[in-house]
Amino acid sequence: MSGETHYGEGGDVFERVKTMMEWTPQGRALGFELTKLDGAKVVARVPYRPEHVGDPETGVIAGGVITTFLDQISGMATVLAMKEPAMVATIDIRIDYMRAATPGRDVFAEAHCYKIGRNVAFVRAIAFEDSVDNPIAHATSTFMVNATRKFGANLREKKK
Amino acid sequence: MSPQERLAAALARIPYATFLGVRAELKGDELTLVLPYADHLVGNPLLPALHGGVVAALMELTAITQLAIASKSEKFPKTIDVGFDYLRSGKPVDTYARARVVKIGRRIANVQAEAWQGQRHEPIAAMHGHFLLGDEETKSP
Repeated sequence: MSGETHYGEGGDVFERVKTMMEWTPQGRALGFELTKLDGAKVVARVPYRPEHVGDPETGVIAGGVITTFLDQISGMATVLAMKEPAMVATIDIRIDYMRAATPGRDVFAEAHCYKIGRNVAFVRAIAFEDSVDNPIAHATSTFMVNATRKFGANLREKKK
Repeated sequence: MSPQERLAAALARIPYATFLGVRAELKGDELTLVLPYADHLVGNPLLPALHGGVVAALMELTAITQLAIASKSEKFPKTIDVGFDYLRSGKPVDTYARARVVKIGRRIANVQAEAWQGQRHEPIAAMHGHFLLGDEETKSP
């Protein structure tokens, strides 16, 4: 059924989303951690680590860390909105920076898939340290839903 | 050391660039960033595919470094907004990115970037963004 939002019916939803989050090697490398499911919203944390720094003069973490984090958590919000969990793929993501992240502090993000159809999901996400009312960045993204492909699809040569 | 070589060296001093394993190649004033494949860059281990955020990060790093070269600034510009379009799944191979500075204004610059793998004309992702020029904050009151 299209157009309906389910927000993770049945089962241990928190464990399911947490497992998907930790399934991603890059997410594990950056230390992404699911902290809370708040209804349809996914809340997660990325720890401040010296290797995440993008500006060695100020110690501010790289935009790339925030982008990867917001992309990941937005995908998780899409999965949460699906009746049957399946792979998703980002179509596009736009990120607006309100300010630099505070050096030395972990960054949190909250994402909400506010509309999901048969093919495309629409997601908003915000990165912050303490409160969404003092945001670091805001992301708007779209995802292909049911983007499941064959195991090892990227290892095969394309047919000419 | 030329200004370009200094910027390539500056890139090497960014811890996050080291975390990704990014390498800079300069031909004249045109910069290509190379991201050699590594297992920790994967987003989807089944396919396997690079994490979209990693490809985005590569393009953003290319954009700010190319912009620093174009604006003859020693400082990296700050990101205001960036949009990323994903065109193809990132395969577990080396990825390249180049950026084009579309316009440098007094305070803000507009930059586009593309990332590709096997074929330059088959980009896997594209970026466009606005950046606050690095030297501006020292000028403002």
